Amino acid sequence: MALAQVIRRNQPRFGGERSGLLQQARLGGPMPWVIAIMVTLTVMAAAAGLALSNLARNASAEISGGVTVQIVEAAPLERNRQAEVALALLSNRDDVAQVRRVPDSELEGLIEPWLGEAAGTGDEAIPIPALIDARLRGAVTEGRLEALRAQLTASVPSAKVDAQAGWLAPVFQAIASLQWLAIGLVLLLAATSAAAVWLAARSALGSNRETIEIVHLLGGTDRQIAQIFQRSIAVDAVVGGIVGLLLGLIALGLLGRQFAALGSGMVAGGGLDIVDWAAIGAIPLAGVVIAMLTARVTVLAALRRML
Amino acid sequence: MSGPEGSIVQFDNVGLRYGTDREVLSDISFTLFPGSFYFLTGASGAGKTSLLRLLYLAQRPSRGMIRMFGSDVITLPRKGLPAFRRRIGTVFQDFRLVPHLSAFDNVALPLRVSRVPEGEIRKPVADMLDWVGLGNRADARPATLSGGEQQRVAIARAVIARPEILVADEPTGNVDHDMGLKLLRLFEALNRLGTTVVVATHDVHLLKKVPESLIMRLDKGRLSDPTGALRYPPRRPGRVEGVLG
Repeated sequence: MALAQVIRRNQPRFGGERSGLLQQARLGGPMPWVIAIMVTLTVMAAAAGLALSNLARNASAEISGGVTVQIVEAAPLERNRQAEVALALLSNRDDVAQVRRVPDSELEGLIEPWLGEAAGTGDEAIPIPALIDARLRGAVTEGRLEALRAQLTASVPSAKVDAQAGWLAPVFQAIASLQWLAIGLVLLLAATSAAAVWLAARSALGSNRETIEIVHLLGGTDRQIAQIFQRSIAVDAVVGGIVGLLLGLIALGLLGRQFAALGSGMVAGGGLDIVDWAAIGAIPLAGVVIAMLTARVTVLAALRRML
Repeated sequence: MSGPEGSIVQFDNVGLRYGTDREVLSDISFTLFPGSFYFLTGASGAGKTSLLRLLYLAQRPSRGMIRMFGSDVITLPRKGLPAFRRRIGTVFQDFRLVPHLSAFDNVALPLRVSRVPEGEIRKPVADMLDWVGLGNRADARPATLSGGEQQRVAIARAVIARPEILVADEPTGNVDHDMGLKLLRLFEALNRLGTTVVVATHDVHLLKKVPESLIMRLDKGRLSDPTGALRYPPRRPGRVEGVLG
């Protein structure tokens, strides 16, 4: 065969659509499983954070404008009289959207688990304050609360007025702390994933050093070599991400069933909506991006130390 | 500073030392012209491989100036090196084949590095492997090839992209006489197509085989000029017989 036919006469075209360069190079090993575990934990932490956020928002909306009036009076007749006066006063105010007296049967039901069935009835009944649940238009400010107190106590001396949000403030603070904890966990898991990829990339660089040097001497660029590692880690991250997402969703399904069985109204407010599920579904994608960026930065930084 | 007119490589007062050791190359000055054929000779340890490493841009010198393809490669930014390396074909003394790639993929590597589309790679690589007598070993991994076969794969890889300069470090060291001659003919054919060829060898019999070649001799890291290779323009045909006495 004539050499002229063998040797390409033209310069090779650059920028072809595919480079089969070192396609066998893989980070391999346990990397897909590491990523799967990280994604599972991230899915659970993110879901917890989102559920807590929803719970806090729903609970806050539910009690926003809520005011509780207690008539703390031992004598039942006087208690009833004052309760009726308070109810009438509140009903006549323009800034009160809703008002109702909590029925005695409901109050007895609330204390029954602690004090027994007969605690609120009969001659030896423990005196229970009359409760009026009112909902103001707009937020309950300290000023509005003071004005309401002043009006009520003038005619209803045993009235004690509290904003419902005030009672639940410690609960909201705890929920906010848990939300920050979830955010912190998600960030830590992302950092841990990046660190795992960094270690794997450095190890792969070490074991492929000879090959990388050859590719360099043949005219390979840092970007080409980095792309090989990026592709490799992308495959691992996609596989790990899908497995991790599935495991995370299974765990969320089981936890969801457990919480649903509690039948608590507050917990029901912590359900996830379509946007939340979309955010959770995006976690593996974020994982792939983080893994590829980490591999790229690690490999390029290492290659810069070579000629 | 520009090199002599028409030169493809110019070394000017180049020195090389590894770490704090003494210089392995000292005061190296020469000029290579396009389409010339050069032998680099010298005893083992004379610095042939070090000089070739400078030529195929695996190493920067400790001092001096090197111009290639009209550019100063000493001050060339690192990111500019790959484009220059793609214009140089190298046959390494230890072959340096990628162990997990087949013979085919090793030969295809320079084309893939240059992002030649896959559809345009298969035929020239297969033809090149046929030409070096390894058409039936295209799928073999380097570990399953003999030393001579590995060397032929390394040569095929060095010439597949038709480099402007071919640098070969003892390219016939592991092949039999007939294959050695065949490879030399390949280098000559490449040379006739315009490639500048630099072959390092300590085999004095090889020098006789290419009458038009010019010889640079290294002795303890310094160059001598038995055929006028270091002068420019180079005198052609060469003076191989006279040199060998």
